[in-house]
Amino acid sequence: MDIPYTTKPRPDTGLYNAKVGIWLFLASEIMLFGALFSSYILLRVGADPKLVWPALAAWPSHSDGLLNVPMGAINTLVLIVSSVTVVMAWASLKMKNFNKFFMYQGITVACAILFCGIKSAEYAAKFSHYHLVLKDGTAFTGHLEPKQYFMTDRKLRQAKVEEITFLKDPQKGHAEASAEHGSGDEAHASHEPEKIKMSDIKRLTFWGPQQSTYFAIYFTMTGLHALHVVGGALVIGYLWLPGSRMWKTNPERFTNRVEVCGLFWHFVDLVWIFLFPVLYLL
Amino acid sequence: MAEHASDAHAEDGHDPHEIEHIKAHIKVYMLIFAMLILGTILTVAISYIDFGEHWKNIAIGLAIASVKGTLVAGWFMHLISEKKLIYSVMVVTIFFFVALSFITIWSMTGSSLIGGGLNQHSTTGGAAHAAAVAPAHH
Repeated sequence: MDIPYTTKPRPDTGLYNAKVGIWLFLASEIMLFGALFSSYILLRVGADPKLVWPALAAWPSHSDGLLNVPMGAINTLVLIVSSVTVVMAWASLKMKNFNKFFMYQGITVACAILFCGIKSAEYAAKFSHYHLVLKDGTAFTGHLEPKQYFMTDRKLRQAKVEEITFLKDPQKGHAEASAEHGSGDEAHASHEPEKIKMSDIKRLTFWGPQQSTYFAIYFTMTGLHALHVVGGALVIGYLWLPGSRMWKTNPERFTNRVEVCGLFWHFVDLVWIFLFPVLYLL
Repeated sequence: MAEHASDAHAEDGHDPHEIEHIKAHIKVYMLIFAMLILGTILTVAISYIDFGEHWKNIAIGLAIASVKGTLVAGWFMHLISEKKLIYSVMVVTIFFFVALSFITIWSMTGSSLIGGGLNQHSTTGGAAHAAAVAPAHH
């Protein structure tokens, strides 16, 4: 049985099925991210302006150098490029040029992989970066020596560790250096790691969602967005390789599929356009 | 299925008009691309400038993001020339999105809280008030 309006627009709405479908889906996606943006606004406005990060309810400022702005900016550009190539891929099909479609959509998939790679590097840098609070109330950020991921004071105590080696980040005033924490070997070269007794430690935790309200919303929002990038890349990748068989049997329907997954991809780009300034810069 | 496919070929397989139309589109896409790149550079550059009060940085940053978002939604997603049904769906969605975004602020006390909460780098008024209403920290 043929489903009507898979390629031809319905006379009353002027739309083919998948176009209506994707926009309804995007509407639900807007509400999904809307809930998180709403939470973000609440946390941001509710953050205690008197506190200085890394206090739990404080909002970090630009100069705290928590996030790697160059990496975030490059990822923004990567997604913008992919948005252009995805729409160019569709335009190429409209002009009956399958080879150009293949080239553009290949670039889109490469951009998606690059985005995920950069995001993973950023996450990895966070998961090996620590927030340390001593029992006398002083707080530091820095790295464990040797490098460890996902460590907390509770895990260390369970493992009966009595002393840690901690490499403190340069204190404020050297904010430029600490902004380079992603590859911070040079930045720390002048510092010596210190031995710190577990009995002096009140809290030691990696920069994960549990560290502070800021990281909680950062990881929730960027994590959900990254899942969308992966999902979008899978669909685009499918239509790029095995799914492109349809070009030979039903080119119009194939072009519509490419258009519809492109619409989803633009939405993913759109979300990032807001996430980048909101989380990295403001 | 086979019928649809042959229809498609017959209809727009040799339509020079549509190809011209798409070529015009591509020029617009390239223009939008350049504007998006420019917008990204501008966003980063402006975030390093101190406009005195932090809310001004936030307002400018969000304004640029909104322009970029409009470019993507309007031209890459073809929303400027979309059918009425899509507009209806989007109007309803955007209404509820905006409502959802601001309902949390509305649930807090007054507008002074907004000014105080965002203005975290100044030591002026509003801060103390915001601190008093801010969620408890551990």
